[in-house]
Amino acid sequence: MNEAPCPKCESLLQLYLDGELNESEAREAEAHLDGCGYCRRQYRFERAFRAYLRKTLCEEPMSAELKVKLTALRSDASPGDCL
Amino acid sequence: MSEQAPDTVGRGLAEDARNRVRFEEEALSHADQVYQVARHLAGSKEEAEELMQETYARAFRSWRSYTKGTNIRAWLLRILTNINIDQGRRKQRRPPERSLEEGDYSLYDRLEQTSGDGSAGDEERLLQRLSQSDIVDALAALPHDFRDVLVLVDLGEFSYQETAQILSVPIGTVMSRLHRARRLLKQSLASSLGGER
Ligand SMILES: [Zn+2]
Repeated sequence: MNEAPCPKCESLLQLYLDGELNESEAREAEAHLDGCGYCRRQYRFERAFRAYLRKTLCEEPMSAELKVKLTALRSDASPGDCL
Repeated sequence: MSEQAPDTVGRGLAEDARNRVRFEEEALSHADQVYQVARHLAGSKEEAEELMQETYARAFRSWRSYTKGTNIRAWLLRILTNINIDQGRRKQRRPPERSLEEGDYSLYDRLEQTSGDGSAGDEERLLQRLSQSDIVDALAALPHDFRDVLVLVDLGEFSYQETAQILSVPIGTVMSRLHRARRLLKQSLASSLGGER
């Protein structure tokens, strides 16, 4: 099992996780993941970490009060209303 | 006295009003998603709520500058980011003094080293040891330039290109800030796990 640090792959992995690679680049990243234990381990953790971050940080929805305030900022113009 | 002109003007006004109402409805339909991002661009819930109101007030005033069919969420967040910067609300934090050269692994390693049970190798279970407040605090403590990029990409799910446009910075800057932001966040979370004192 290859567990040697592989920092050069890190940016490739980031781009892959962020969906910023084109199809052939993504295939290249996947091929690398298949052959590199270090990156595979890091990939699994990174993927879980991002999901956990999103889940944890998006727990609290906007308050109903704020929603009312935002809605009240609308113009009262309705179609057909002329000045 | 022309009889056609007032009629044409009237129709134009009605059309304008309809477009405006449509715009407002669309902008409001994205408010929840915009708020999720705003909440962490701002330092606190209260600041986020103020920012949201200022953003929507400005958006409704300048609705004509929105190009129909483009990403309205990105357009709204660009306004919000500009207001946030203009108002100087963001306190400039001192750049981190700790080395950024530590491996990205430190958080993973620390989680495994301190797990003490059979959860090694189970990333989700390991991560659950990080509390919501640890994460919120660690994110809020990031230098704002880094935090903005991380929040837009990871929470807003914007592409690098969209993030670059929202923040008016080159895409290379987005990439380097994002990289550093993630490292810093993980380092900060690793130290929140303790075990060295
Ligand atoms: Zn590798």
